[in-house]
Amino acid sequence: MVRNFPPDFVVRVDKEACINCMRCIRECPFGVHEYDKEKKRWKRHHDKCVACLRCAYMCPTQAISIERSPMEYSPHPVWTNRVRKDIKTQAETGAVILTAMGNELPYMSYFDRLVLDACQVTNPSIDPLREPMELRTYIGRKPEKVEIEEEDSSIRLRTKLAPNLKLETPIMFAHMSYGSISIEAHLSMARAAKEVGTYMGTGEGGMHVELYPYADHIITQVASGRFAVHEEYLKRGAAIEIKIGQGAKPGIGGHLPGKKVTEEISRTRMIPEGSDAISPAPHHDIYSIEDLSRLIYALKEATRYKKPVFVKIAAVHNVAPIAVGIIRAGADAVVIDGFRAGTGAAPQVHRDHHGIPIEAAIASVDRRLREEGIRHWGSIIASGGIRSSADVAKAIALGADAVYIGTAALIALGCTVCKKCYTGKCAWGIATQDPELRKRLDPEEGARRAANLLRAWSHELKEILGALGLNSIESLRSNRDRLRGVGLSEPELRVLGVKPAGE
Amino acid sequence: MLQKLSCTGYVRMCGLGGILNRYGERMPGREIIRMSCMMRDRYDGRGGGFAGYGIYPRYAEYYALHLFFRDEIAKERTEELLKDRVAIIKDEPVPMRRVKEIPQENIVWRYFVEVPHRFRDRREYLEKEEDYITELVFTINDCIDGAFVASSGKNMGVFKATGMPDAVAEMYKVEKYRAYCWITHGRFPTNTPGWWGGAHPFNLLDWSVVHNGEISSYGTNRRYLEAHGYKCRLLTDTEVVAYLFDLLVRRQGLSMRTAAVALTPPFWKQIERMPEPKRSAFTALRMTYSQAMLNGPFAVIITNRDTMVGLNDRIKLRPLIAASSEDCVYLASEEAAIREVENDIEKLWAPRAGNPVIARLNEEVREEVIH
Repeated sequence: MVRNFPPDFVVRVDKEACINCMRCIRECPFGVHEYDKEKKRWKRHHDKCVACLRCAYMCPTQAISIERSPMEYSPHPVWTNRVRKDIKTQAETGAVILTAMGNELPYMSYFDRLVLDACQVTNPSIDPLREPMELRTYIGRKPEKVEIEEEDSSIRLRTKLAPNLKLETPIMFAHMSYGSISIEAHLSMARAAKEVGTYMGTGEGGMHVELYPYADHIITQVASGRFAVHEEYLKRGAAIEIKIGQGAKPGIGGHLPGKKVTEEISRTRMIPEGSDAISPAPHHDIYSIEDLSRLIYALKEATRYKKPVFVKIAAVHNVAPIAVGIIRAGADAVVIDGFRAGTGAAPQVHRDHHGIPIEAAIASVDRRLREEGIRHWGSIIASGGIRSSADVAKAIALGADAVYIGTAALIALGCTVCKKCYTGKCAWGIATQDPELRKRLDPEEGARRAANLLRAWSHELKEILGALGLNSIESLRSNRDRLRGVGLSEPELRVLGVKPAGE
Repeated sequence: MLQKLSCTGYVRMCGLGGILNRYGERMPGREIIRMSCMMRDRYDGRGGGFAGYGIYPRYAEYYALHLFFRDEIAKERTEELLKDRVAIIKDEPVPMRRVKEIPQENIVWRYFVEVPHRFRDRREYLEKEEDYITELVFTINDCIDGAFVASSGKNMGVFKATGMPDAVAEMYKVEKYRAYCWITHGRFPTNTPGWWGGAHPFNLLDWSVVHNGEISSYGTNRRYLEAHGYKCRLLTDTEVVAYLFDLLVRRQGLSMRTAAVALTPPFWKQIERMPEPKRSAFTALRMTYSQAMLNGPFAVIITNRDTMVGLNDRIKLRPLIAASSEDCVYLASEEAAIREVENDIEKLWAPRAGNPVIARLNEEVREEVIH
């Protein structure tokens, strides 16, 4: 049978400019470029190209350009090219389609339908270059009230506070495991987090020894595979996060193929070299909220109640009562991962069809916690598809305390979102364990860029606050009055708790 | 005068003023009216009001409810509720004059009430009784169309309406009341429609607040209060100030000074420079009360039965002047308003941003240095 599969991209090479240096062959991990030395002829395997653009940017004469393939099936609004290709792929392989990064279906973005307020006349806007502007955020349990002992002018605290994380900006690097990404990527984010005064997540793959110097700015993760979990690991980090689910693939587990479990990964994850690292869909010791509570307190006991414990869930239909249960079970923060969240590998059907938008999830969790009078028991950390400082501001105005960024952080490190993380062949040295490919990411430069991204967004957040006439981020939290919806239906506005523009 | 000012195109703002007689001696309303008139160019006539403490000595132990009714039906429905919930000791119309500047939109009535014994026995007395009255106030404002509780404290009352403060004073015969503490407000509403209930002072139990500016953190504060059972339905940002003081001081037991630290906390950089144990205390206050923090440009005067507090936002975006004489403490948007009524000023100053000025009966007035 003829394999009638048009490629996604075509590689165009300017023959005049090409000097036959073969660099493109060395640069492309996907085997797109091939040179027949006998016939002295180039062959480009267009079907293998993922548009990572590595060859184009490394070509010394800029002879290469990557274009979208003009060859497509006859147009059809329902049987799109993608649908037809997926069916053919599955007919060929009989398998689940694997993919990476975030949801690719064109769902509407609520962030893009929400607009921020600004000051005019009655309340002066504040210039962050002249006036103090505060982004500091504390993540963790807060008391209902504070008891203070006062004598004349002296003041002393009598309430004992639960452990909190101190963030100088309400943006953290999301959990992406060592194994799914390289140690260089981890190091870049760890250094940036420490430099800027925020935190990064280890993901479920443990903490490589090279990260130990930054451990006070690292949140360790306990996931269903329980990789790397031991007392020292838990004590080393600044906080612990239990991963129940993730937004890119709610309800399912993970699988790091044995061939990726190199010696170092085996040591960090505490599993035999070359063995498959399987994260079951559920934690097999957590089948209920009571079980979760036991794990939370087991971790707290193990760390002498000195580390906040977070619980991460995917944003699903019933997210509000689940989050309330998690907070009541003893978590110091609930992490909600929206359906646009990225991943290193996920079945396409899960990535694209499960879960709900993070905006709606934040709004409903914040509301529900307030209705139950326990909003101060735990913080809300939002993640999944946060693309800019405006998204951060809107997430906070909807009720989040802080956000995690994953894909945005990787893009800062050089990722071009080619969606081939699961192949382990990342041409930019991020989602790979190949020693040659890893050399492409310099952790020094990576740290500089990741820190720059945080600084730039923080700077923009301060400007946004100034325009809103606020001088502290906590006055934006859950301040939905400073948001308006554009082109949203009444039920959507009700869920988000915002008024339509003009009202 | 008003006409002339309009023609010259002065920018107008809200104006506020307050007097506390340190020895608790009662003063007629004349002086607060003069203070208010002095700041007339700050108002636009869409809201004015006064609150006086000590005006009902004969009924001092009862809650004095000042109510606005749009019509007789609202009044009947409210009275049915009152009869069910509280014992009415006395009720009467609030004495009023007709003034041509203010159309008589509402029936204004006052009720002196107490919580019946059958409720008292079941509850820890004082604190719960106040919660009981709070609940009653919220129920009337929330559930009875056309009824509004203007004030609900003991031995005090709020007199307010849509109009210039001098006309409001004339209408309510404010000059005939005697109080040891008076506050006043003239309004230039920009955010919310001018209506009688929306005029200042705002009141809950003994707390009264007058406010110039905007609470830009309103949404955050409101959701924080709602999680603690308060209902913010007055279509304006000022009410959150009254409720926040009620929550922090009455219900949670913070001192006025500490409550001010929670509401207008120092910047983190200032806190970091503080010595221990002050630093830990301030850090805990900011962490815990982050959603109670008031942000935006404002000057407020908050009063209860023995205290008057003036407070500015953290970068002083609205005016507030404090002064003291032998007998009295004054707070006002403008110095001129204080000089209008007091010739023997001992001390007059502009309090620093975020520092509360606390005047208490029988005590020296203090600006608490928290910034």
